Amino acid sequence: MAERFTKSMARNIYLGGSTFFILLFLGLTFDTMQAMPERDNRENLTESVANGKMLWEENNCLGCHSLFGEGAYFAPELGNVYDRRGMGNDEAFVGFIKAWMNAMPTNVPGRRQMPQFNLNDQELEDLAAFLKYANGINTNGWPPNIEG
Amino acid sequence: MKFQSQSAAMPYFIFALALFVGQIVFGLIIGLQYVVGDFLFPEIPFNVARMVHTNLLIVWLLFGFMGAAYYLVPEEAETELYSTKLAWILFWVFAAAGTLTIIGYLAVPYATLAKITGNDLLPTMGREFLEMPTITKIGVVVVALGFLFNIGMTMLKGRKTAINIVLMTGLVGLAVFFLFAFYNPINLAIDKYFWWWVVHLWVEGVWELIMGSILAFVLIKVTGVDREVIEKWLYIIIAMALISGIIGTGHHYFWIGPPEYWHYLGSIFSAIEPIPFFMMTVFAFNMVSRRRREHPNRAATLWALGCAVMAFLGAGVWGFLHTLAPVNYYTHGTQVTAAHGHMAFYGAYVMIVITMISYAMPVMRGRPNGNSRQAQTVEMWSFWLMTIAMVFITLFLTAAGILQIWMQRIPESGQALSFMATQDNIALFYWLREISGVVFFIGLLTYLASFFVKGDPVEIAEK
Repeated sequence: MAERFTKSMARNIYLGGSTFFILLFLGLTFDTMQAMPERDNRENLTESVANGKMLWEENNCLGCHSLFGEGAYFAPELGNVYDRRGMGNDEAFVGFIKAWMNAMPTNVPGRRQMPQFNLNDQELEDLAAFLKYANGINTNGWPPNIEG
Repeated sequence: MKFQSQSAAMPYFIFALALFVGQIVFGLIIGLQYVVGDFLFPEIPFNVARMVHTNLLIVWLLFGFMGAAYYLVPEEAETELYSTKLAWILFWVFAAAGTLTIIGYLAVPYATLAKITGNDLLPTMGREFLEMPTITKIGVVVVALGFLFNIGMTMLKGRKTAINIVLMTGLVGLAVFFLFAFYNPINLAIDKYFWWWVVHLWVEGVWELIMGSILAFVLIKVTGVDREVIEKWLYIIIAMALISGIIGTGHHYFWIGPPEYWHYLGSIFSAIEPIPFFMMTVFAFNMVSRRRREHPNRAATLWALGCAVMAFLGAGVWGFLHTLAPVNYYTHGTQVTAAHGHMAFYGAYVMIVITMISYAMPVMRGRPNGNSRQAQTVEMWSFWLMTIAMVFITLFLTAAGILQIWMQRIPESGQALSFMATQDNIALFYWLREISGVVFFIGLLTYLASFFVKGDPVEIAEK
């Protein structure tokens, strides 16, 4: 590094550069928020979905599963589980969720186990509503296939 | 030790290391659950153990950063800490809150914990890395404010060096971005968008400032190279870190709802994210080769160099490997992500905290020249055990991830294997990862043992 390059020049690059990119990031965030209503499936946000999201969080589902690829990688991706297990049919999906959740844990020796969360019928329907709503968010074509 | 109050760092370091042990124990548990699915079920289900593993990591690193600040800031500012008492009070508050939270995770179901801590009043729980109860989050904010006040007042009354200023900006940024942990909209896409403001802007933003300033501080101490040179490097490195890292957040916005232009922005800026880490490696080796003295604490120098290299590999190279949108389309949320996460966190943040402990702890224990040769030899063994084990953990997880993509992601729907079938097929790599994890744990125990090795005091040798 040439001696002419001084510490205060380095500091100015730091201050100027980070300020510029923070402002740019805020601008891009503003733009993204303008685009979101077309993409985030907000028209389907119901009270049931909201309750489902709360159940999703309060039972720490993300501690095993992933949602849009984020979370733990111990159990299947659930961002598209409505397509995978419900095949796009509401009744089939709610039926699947209820049957699945009530059958847990399987207690098969050596297999990964999902705990029994003791959710009632209404709660399971809310959870299914939340997963269906998530499935409707525009994720730019991710995941690559139905297996998530 | 130049200032008596620097010893406030000691309890933070000790408690950090205790939590580190806990983190690794739970890491071994979940590693085993990957292959023996019902291990410890239903007593400790995977999600609980994983939550303990990741939250202990975050909390012990925060303890490490705080300890580093209490040691470093008075020495840089050339004045006693504003209040040693406050540092101690906050230590106990944070330690108690952290311990109670972990006990909470283990003792009651998570939903019960959420209920008794009032998650329905202000829902913030149940999102990855932000699983702690809302009241704990509020406690963290209180501790952070008290800590920043203490450190800030110390800086104000003393000398303001670049290292101090960068560290302070990093710590303030850490506190500011944590506030987004309290924002949890029902709209999932927007929730995720701002969730990354905590997670990404921490580890690929402000934490890098903290890391850079600690590294610069230790390098000044162990090499004796002119402060002007080191501080110039520090500014350039963190400038690059923020210039690349802020818009680099975009690599998390590919598949969670935001518009497609993030594919370009995220890919371009994350392609330059390895640069600051590469500069850090060049910087560390450059300073050590230019050193004016052979500092007798060679273990600390080894940790500093190792930290720079492993941060570059883990955060830089392994990050870049799967950060371009067309690649990330397949790797996102697979074991490749886990591989990157492990090496990046170890290389950048675990090792920088250990670097600081390795340098500062002997001084605080009345050995200004570092531990005895014998103790340092044990410590350097622990360095190699942990570091090599982490390299293997990363390689095995990468292999698992590539196979996972091959079987589960690449084939068309209908042809692809299901998630669980894929997991069964790659179990061998999970076993190998678990064995590497055991070696890592042995390395950690070796590290702790080095604190208890006696031996002959070492002398300063000028170069």
